[in-house]
Amino acid sequence: MDNMDCGVDDIVREIEKLKLDKKEIENRIGQLEALLSKKDGDASQMEDNQTSSNFNSMVDGHNTFYNGLTPGMIYRYSRHLLLPDFGVEGQKNLSMSSILVVGAGGLGSPVVLYLASCGVGCLGIVDSDVVELNNLHRQIVHPEAYVGQAKVKSAAATCRAINSSINIVEHNEALQASNALDIINKYDVVVDATDNLPSRYMISDCCVLLDKPLISGAALGLEGQLTVYHHKGGPCYRCLFPIPPPAAACQRCSDSGVLGVVPGVIGCFQALEAIKIASCIGESLSGKLLILDALSSRVRIVKLRGRSLHCVSCGENATLSQQNFRTFDYEGFTQSPMSDKAPPKLSLISNSARISSREYKNLIDNHEPRMLLDVRPAHHFRITAIPEAINIPLSMLADEISLVKSCLKDAEKGSTKGASLYVVCRRGNDSQRAVEFLSKNGFSGAKDIIGGLESWAQDVDPTFPIY
Amino acid sequence: MHLTLEFGGGLDLLCQSVKIHQVDVAPKDENAKLTMRDLLAWVRSSLIKERPEMFMKGDTVRPGVLVLVNDCDWELCGGIDMELEEKDVVVFISTLHGG
Ligand SMILES: [Zn+2]
Repeated sequence: MDNMDCGVDDIVREIEKLKLDKKEIENRIGQLEALLSKKDGDASQMEDNQTSSNFNSMVDGHNTFYNGLTPGMIYRYSRHLLLPDFGVEGQKNLSMSSILVVGAGGLGSPVVLYLASCGVGCLGIVDSDVVELNNLHRQIVHPEAYVGQAKVKSAAATCRAINSSINIVEHNEALQASNALDIINKYDVVVDATDNLPSRYMISDCCVLLDKPLISGAALGLEGQLTVYHHKGGPCYRCLFPIPPPAAACQRCSDSGVLGVVPGVIGCFQALEAIKIASCIGESLSGKLLILDALSSRVRIVKLRGRSLHCVSCGENATLSQQNFRTFDYEGFTQSPMSDKAPPKLSLISNSARISSREYKNLIDNHEPRMLLDVRPAHHFRITAIPEAINIPLSMLADEISLVKSCLKDAEKGSTKGASLYVVCRRGNDSQRAVEFLSKNGFSGAKDIIGGLESWAQDVDPTFPIY
Repeated sequence: MHLTLEFGGGLDLLCQSVKIHQVDVAPKDENAKLTMRDLLAWVRSSLIKERPEMFMKGDTVRPGVLVLVNDCDWELCGGIDMELEEKDVVVFISTLHGG
């Protein structure tokens, strides 16, 4: 690399990479030193007492038998070894493999738990999020005590508590096109346990470039999907989805909800596929898609199209290269952010048609005649609402114009001036859409509350529940 | 022709949140076979109640929707020109990205 041309970002990236390498080497040195001191201890003991040394070496777990497994491993993984289809060979392969799990959330939780307990040689976990209380119903690797701390740190601590004999590497950063090649290159198998569309394209492209099998799972609501990409000649993500879906079709768990156990089931399947591929047993889901419908407890496995010769990522004339991968704009390509967080705040209507939550509180205190219309879906309204609000979901507003009219009339009773119409929703986007519609349909004075119930909770009523 | 249609991955929300539809669809004329192209047009006009752009783009399904006929990707059976048979099970599924 020509250092003269290096940007600051490149230098910082290389320093971070070298630091990570250093940490891994130090870890390995520590392991080997521990192994050496054990062996020294055993050797001197053997001179002292020839007869008891055989027993000691059976339980200390470090003397390697002819089959490549230590006595400690044989005991810990004995139920694996008893499987004729898995056995010593499978366990040995597993213990020599390295697997990267991208995302320590609902899918990643069971994946890292099983991969740690089953004895993969090296388990990498990458995520940049912190643990939040509303994650815990599905992200079962994280204990309550870790709320507010890095997910990677929390997940690694739980995994180490389960199995201290494997190497666990923490990548406490977001996996992005700029660092993905360096991180993924260190591993044999990759598990996509992320929660967004651009990451799925990015991870698939990276796995094609580095020729790594990719186990991809997804879950939302009461449904889950799972497949294996770029394995044994099978398709990659782009073979199936050369064009990304419209952004409006990308639902988020933070908007649509998810039953906690659903990503759990899919994550367990991902762990199973990863274990099979790493230990070289069985038949993977390459070229097949597993579809889970939790409500009816149905699992369907369908046959997918093969690798596309025209695929820009893995096809005959693929245009993807490591060079253009690093700078590819995945968020622009998919028109979606690389996170499951709230959608961007829209600014659809003029400021004169908007008021802040504090201003609305003043209207209440001054007993101004008014009507508050809450346009969230009915099941949201049942979670929590401002007491005086009337719920008409945005999707039904066009059919309920007369109801708005009569409610507004009621609000005027006993007042000399006309009542004003205010609209609220969860975050302040749908309320603008509603005001836009209402102002064209006879309610020219309608205004929306900026930032919705989130700003109400933040600026007016700190006891108001947020969800 | 009797068919079972299933909608998943959120596409059921476009047809009043009903996942499984038992339907009878007639081909355009009596002697012709019913193709996927015909079925898509029928679904769009008869089943989809809102936001049709979330189901179709042009005369085919929108990007991100998989079509499975009898548990097999329609791309393996002729895609939009594929001819349907009595009692076929056709699944329309939107890919999920959450986790
Ligand atoms: Zn491909």
